[in-house]
Amino acid sequence: MTDATSRADSASSSDSSDSSLSRVKNSQYDFGGPWQPSDLEIARRAARKSRNRKNAAIAAVSSFVVLGTLLVIAVTSPGWKSLSDTFFNWAYGVEVLPKILLGFLTNVSLTLIAGTCVAIFGLTIALIRTSKAAALTPFRLLATVYVDVFRGIPMLLVILLVGFGIPALQLKGVTNNVLILGTTAVIITYTAYVAEVIRSGILSVHPSQRAAARSLGLSYFQSLRFVILPQAFRRVTPPLLNDLVALIKDTGLVSILGVTDAIRAAQINTSRSFNYTPYVMAAIVFLLITIPLTRYTDRALRRSIERQNSQGQA
Amino acid sequence: MSAPVLELKQVRKSFDSELVLEDISIKVPEHTATVFIGASGSGKSTLLRCINLLEQIDDGEIKLDGTEITSVETDPDSVRRKIGMVFQSFNLFPHMTVLQNIVLAPIRVQQVERDVAEQKARDLLKRFGLLDKANQYPDRLSGGQQQRVAIIRSLAVNPRLLLLDEITSSLDPVLVNEVLNTVRDLKAEGMTMVLATHEMGFAKQVADEVCFLKDGRILEWGNPKNLLDNPQRKETQDFLRQVNEAGRL
Repeated sequence: MTDATSRADSASSSDSSDSSLSRVKNSQYDFGGPWQPSDLEIARRAARKSRNRKNAAIAAVSSFVVLGTLLVIAVTSPGWKSLSDTFFNWAYGVEVLPKILLGFLTNVSLTLIAGTCVAIFGLTIALIRTSKAAALTPFRLLATVYVDVFRGIPMLLVILLVGFGIPALQLKGVTNNVLILGTTAVIITYTAYVAEVIRSGILSVHPSQRAAARSLGLSYFQSLRFVILPQAFRRVTPPLLNDLVALIKDTGLVSILGVTDAIRAAQINTSRSFNYTPYVMAAIVFLLITIPLTRYTDRALRRSIERQNSQGQA
Repeated sequence: MSAPVLELKQVRKSFDSELVLEDISIKVPEHTATVFIGASGSGKSTLLRCINLLEQIDDGEIKLDGTEITSVETDPDSVRRKIGMVFQSFNLFPHMTVLQNIVLAPIRVQQVERDVAEQKARDLLKRFGLLDKANQYPDRLSGGQQQRVAIIRSLAVNPRLLLLDEITSSLDPVLVNEVLNTVRDLKAEGMTMVLATHEMGFAKQVADEVCFLKDGRILEWGNPKNLLDNPQRKETQDFLRQVNEAGRL
């Protein structure tokens, strides 16, 4: 900043008014000279700067007033003392944190396993639903029914039905492990969501792209793999990241089957001490993962919008 | 005399109840260009899409090098490998660079080695003055440049026949010329082509035969000079007059 100003200063002082005049006279198309902002532009910049400063001041004052008021209301409320003792007992929070983190490892590994399976199955179902091959007709039908049913049932119910229903069948060779059953239920539900997101992405690629690919001699699957899917995935990356954030949180639901995840670990410690700080700690642990992911999703979304806009101009 | 590269016999095509093409019969000998003119909706694009088997015809026959390609047994992919097509809206793949767009089909369809395919693509780009754009994405190019890349992409598979569907219709007048020059070069090199166009001057220069299409029928055909300068039918005269008047605006 200071550099630029000093350069502009030195340029204006060395450039006498005479020489700049003669340049104008010699050629009206001489763009060679060093550019200096005109007085008008300098005034505009100053005005912009002062406006920005004013806006920043307004934002600071209003934030201070609003947040401060909320804080004062909370702290001066009659129950504040007992609330902060039972929910924000940081010493106890730090004490239970290792157990919660250990539980959170379950959430993370569950997310990774379920996420991978969901990606594979979701893509498969999306491809079946968008294909037109006659041989796939029964599968298309099944896929549609599957998506309709499992998008329509609350995930908690699916977890309960799978977690308690399948062991009740007493099938040989089928596991009773609640962790595996819970993960299966999560996969079943999320596959239905993700399949629809991917399908919408595939359908959003203009048919002329497929026509161009086919007219080059690419087969149906080659067109899909090299032309349609890469474009579809770019468009659905933001919503898929959204689903990933939701998946991380929803893995907590398998705790109702008795899986010791972060939520369950917090619950155990809470019922032992009648102090709710472990819940708050669990919430913080989730936020540590989900907030960066949400920020990243936001950025991905913004980039994809920019990309589409630039394509629109072409 | 060898068989024409392309032959259509009484081709008929309708969408639902709407008749789009009726009784279309043409022969396109090797190294010649056949140009279709006619108002929007006259069936020009549909005809080209039928030749490339992007649309299924209702009746008649289409032959490529004497072999019927509209038979049920034909593998459409193998036919399309021999026919290049360029669209009005370019249809470059936006997620690939210019070079990747061009080498996709040679590598994936014709199993050409990547090095060989890329070298050929660069040669083509160089010939059409676009070598410096090889690693750009299509949305960085002007419309005319995009359309020339689309032409190069369709040439990269060594097609027997090139279909050009109103390739200048979405370009501004300055860019039209650079694309048309490219097509003139191809014609001079002996490429067999079928074109749909609104550029009458260009049609006169490049065509060996011009067909006037109206409501899905070929109303008048002949060598370009006769047909464009001295049309016999009233419909053709009306159409050419309207095109001329629009050009003078």
